[in-house]
Amino acid sequence: MPFIPHTETEIRSMLDTIGVNELEAIFDEIPDDLRCGQLEGVPEGLTEYEVTRLLHQRAAEDQALSCFAGAGAYDHHIPAAVWEITTRGEFYSAYTPYQAEASQGTLQLIYEYQSMMASLTGMDISNASLYDGASALAEAVLMAVRANRKSKSRKLLVAGTVNPTYRKVTNVIVHNQNISLDEVPFDNASGTTVTAALEAHAGEDYAALVIQQPNFFGSLEAVDEMTDWAHANGMLVVAVANPMTLAALKAPGQWGEKGADIACGEGQPLGVPMSSGGPYYGFMCCKQPLARQMPGRIVGRTVDLDGNPGFALTLQAREQHIRRSKATSNICTNQGLCVTASTIYMSLLGPEGLARVASASHKNMNALLAAIKDIDGVSVAHAGPSFHEALITLSKPAAVVIEQMANLGFLAGVSVSEDYPQYENALLVCTTETKNDADIAAYATALNTVLNGEAA
Amino acid sequence: MVDAVKMEKVIFEHSVSGRRATVQAPAVAADFSDLPSALLREDKPLLPETSELQVVRHYTRLSQKNFSIDTQFYPLGSCTMKYNPRACNTLAMLPNFLARHPLAPASHSQGFLACMHDLQEILQEVTGMKGVSLTPMAGAQGEFAGVAMIMAYHRQRGDMERNEIIVPDAAHGTNPATAVMCGCVVKEIPTGPDGDVDVEALKAVVGPNTAGIMLTNPSTVGVFERKIEEISKIVHEAGGLLYYDGANLNAILGKVRPGDMGFDVIHMNLHKTFSTPHGGGGPGSGAVGVSERLVPFMPMPHVLKEGDRYRYVTEADVPDSIGRLSGWAGNAGVNLRAYIYARLLGRDGMHRVAEFAALNANYLQARLSAAGFDLAYPDRRASHEFIVTLKRQAKDIGLTATDIAKRLLDKCFHAPTIYFPLLLTSCLLIETTENEAKEDLDAFVEAMIEILREAEADIEMIKGAPYTQPVRRLDDVKAARELDVVWPN
Ligand SMILES: Cc1ncc(COP(=O)(O)O)c(C=O)c1O
Repeated sequence: MPFIPHTETEIRSMLDTIGVNELEAIFDEIPDDLRCGQLEGVPEGLTEYEVTRLLHQRAAEDQALSCFAGAGAYDHHIPAAVWEITTRGEFYSAYTPYQAEASQGTLQLIYEYQSMMASLTGMDISNASLYDGASALAEAVLMAVRANRKSKSRKLLVAGTVNPTYRKVTNVIVHNQNISLDEVPFDNASGTTVTAALEAHAGEDYAALVIQQPNFFGSLEAVDEMTDWAHANGMLVVAVANPMTLAALKAPGQWGEKGADIACGEGQPLGVPMSSGGPYYGFMCCKQPLARQMPGRIVGRTVDLDGNPGFALTLQAREQHIRRSKATSNICTNQGLCVTASTIYMSLLGPEGLARVASASHKNMNALLAAIKDIDGVSVAHAGPSFHEALITLSKPAAVVIEQMANLGFLAGVSVSEDYPQYENALLVCTTETKNDADIAAYATALNTVLNGEAA
Repeated sequence: MVDAVKMEKVIFEHSVSGRRATVQAPAVAADFSDLPSALLREDKPLLPETSELQVVRHYTRLSQKNFSIDTQFYPLGSCTMKYNPRACNTLAMLPNFLARHPLAPASHSQGFLACMHDLQEILQEVTGMKGVSLTPMAGAQGEFAGVAMIMAYHRQRGDMERNEIIVPDAAHGTNPATAVMCGCVVKEIPTGPDGDVDVEALKAVVGPNTAGIMLTNPSTVGVFERKIEEISKIVHEAGGLLYYDGANLNAILGKVRPGDMGFDVIHMNLHKTFSTPHGGGGPGSGAVGVSERLVPFMPMPHVLKEGDRYRYVTEADVPDSIGRLSGWAGNAGVNLRAYIYARLLGRDGMHRVAEFAALNANYLQARLSAAGFDLAYPDRRASHEFIVTLKRQAKDIGLTATDIAKRLLDKCFHAPTIYFPLLLTSCLLIETTENEAKEDLDAFVEAMIEILREAEADIEMIKGAPYTQPVRRLDDVKAARELDVVWPN
């Protein structure tokens, strides 16, 4: 019996202690007509060796592609030590650190994580994680509505350059509470938000403005002006950020005169594998005055009975297990293990290492654009700098190009024309530090072949 | 505990300006001179400047400060602290699985998609539901999906008034919090003295505004809800739907199926029943199963099989879906672990889960009762967990649930759940799981008896526990009042 240690003798003696004759008797409170049958739909059990063989076969079917796609999931190098330590049983198989004295490892690690994230984002406080980047934006929207007491509209302004999937997910999560998002159009030529589009909403009642930096297209927004504009119009500012880029870019907490109020985003770039989209984690940081509106767990440093420093979950009166229907969120289980990986990742990289990752990712994008811009049938959609993603338009439908590039061993990018019909055959491409000149040259050759036939 | 582990400093205290682990980062120095300087960062972020060895040693030491399933018996009620088979982790981390971008084309993802599809089918079978979506990222998000589907169902039928969700007072905090997130009003009903829902109270609250009820069965007080068929009838006749909080599915896996009990929607905590790790707080997976009428509303995306090919559904396939709850398809890597676990167990293994979880729980309950501990529901069978109440000891000698919890740590056992359910004061919610051997349960009983004796002899000593951990009891009030949540930069 898999994972069940009992011998026949033990079963007998345990049943005697309980005072019943057979195992079935333990279930005598369950009405007979509810008892289920054989579960024919479940296959017979396999041995570990057989499962290993099956999973190796399945994995082999999914040949790894040379990845030039991003759009929220990024192919960065993860140092060997990261998951070696993360999957130690003491981290991997521990529960939420409710019993603080027996969970100091996890608690201290989260405190260190909070410190690193708050610093990267330029904020005062970080929570211990939310589910993922998309749902973190939904939580940030709910938080902004709670926190901006002057605003009565239950509406937010969202730049059209914020990841469209994040906007969809946010809408699914917040619309039942009659909260809605109004989109700010962007300039098609630059791929960024222009102040005139914001001015159209001057004086209107919105709880917050949501800005993504670098934005979905990889372009850089004028975050200082946008932040000041929002604050001048009584809105909070929610920043959606890629934490890897914050080694280079101005921290949201420093945007404009007063800084963004809430920063959130996807933690995956910091040491979490792409793994088909999860598990990742959403991060969220905010300025001090908003601390009590924050969803999710928070770890604080305190002292024990002997006055020695120690760590414990704190501000729990915000959470569902205490406040129930009045909690700031329903979240309970979060993405702790991925935070463990990220904390180790950030410690290994340090400020210089992370800046190098950001720089190499960015330079590779410059190199990629230089290598493909003159290919027949390729145009770079936006003028102005790209961080490590960029939008290109193609002479063939993106879906076809992606399929043919995959047959040549490349994940060419992400098709985005469905969300942005103003761009025909649009492909969002991405580079990280894992690409070298040869990879980029090979990609350019393959793309030329796909677009222009064999005569490349 | 080795002193070096106990005394381990904060990582920033190991940091020395200019030190770094060189081989993990690109060899070329950073340069952003081609980007507008107004958009660049000026300060150095607070990340440690340490060597690789320092980092490895630091986090290894931190890990050693934790209790975990791999190191201790962890009888945490409602949390199902089962062994997380190592094969599940090893195989879910095969390089091709880790390297798969979530938007890789289906043509190059058949292996992964097949696993997800098979898992959907297995979960559908063991729950007796008609459709499964794996996208919710934890139990609470599964609850969100469930209640959102219930609301979408009513609204599509033009039933605009139904906005009340009935929740028993024993329910987990995520239930009422979820209902509110879905824009509903929470109607709480009491639990009767025998642990079952108070049916008269239920009859009094159902009506034309009832959207549904959220039930945990076995409930969070550790007993099977015997009147489930009557409850199902009352709610359905009032036009409401039934939501099953599957956090306690381990108690009935292979014995009863929520679908057969009349539930319309269920979430499973795969990080409980299907042995995926808790990871010190997450990630989990809160897969949802639905009855026929809710199939069109399932959260996106789930996997379809067409002939022998697999693909994710698109918006066009499921126009009535409540939509996406995550950037991609939920916690795919967690679902992969659950799938591997399910294949190791197989049909027979599934049937054994509840049997042995219940055998262990009832055995431990019988032994603790014989040892002089009071049971919250002495006349009931334990499900996969049960409650010991310390009302008598609290009154007689001032011994509380917290005291026992802390002293158990000194005896190398993780504490049972003590903060929940809220309707019972000073109680221990004890869950054993099917993986624990008899001698470990016996050792736990011995520890409990010893603590009782110690408390009778010297309650002050117990109040000071734990003594063997990296820290002693912590000042929670100070933690909340003098907020120290980030290391000063
Ligand atoms: C009864 C019950 N319902 C719901 C939940 C919430 O699940 P999760 O923490 O995965 O969100 C839990 C556990 O935490 C639980 O015990």
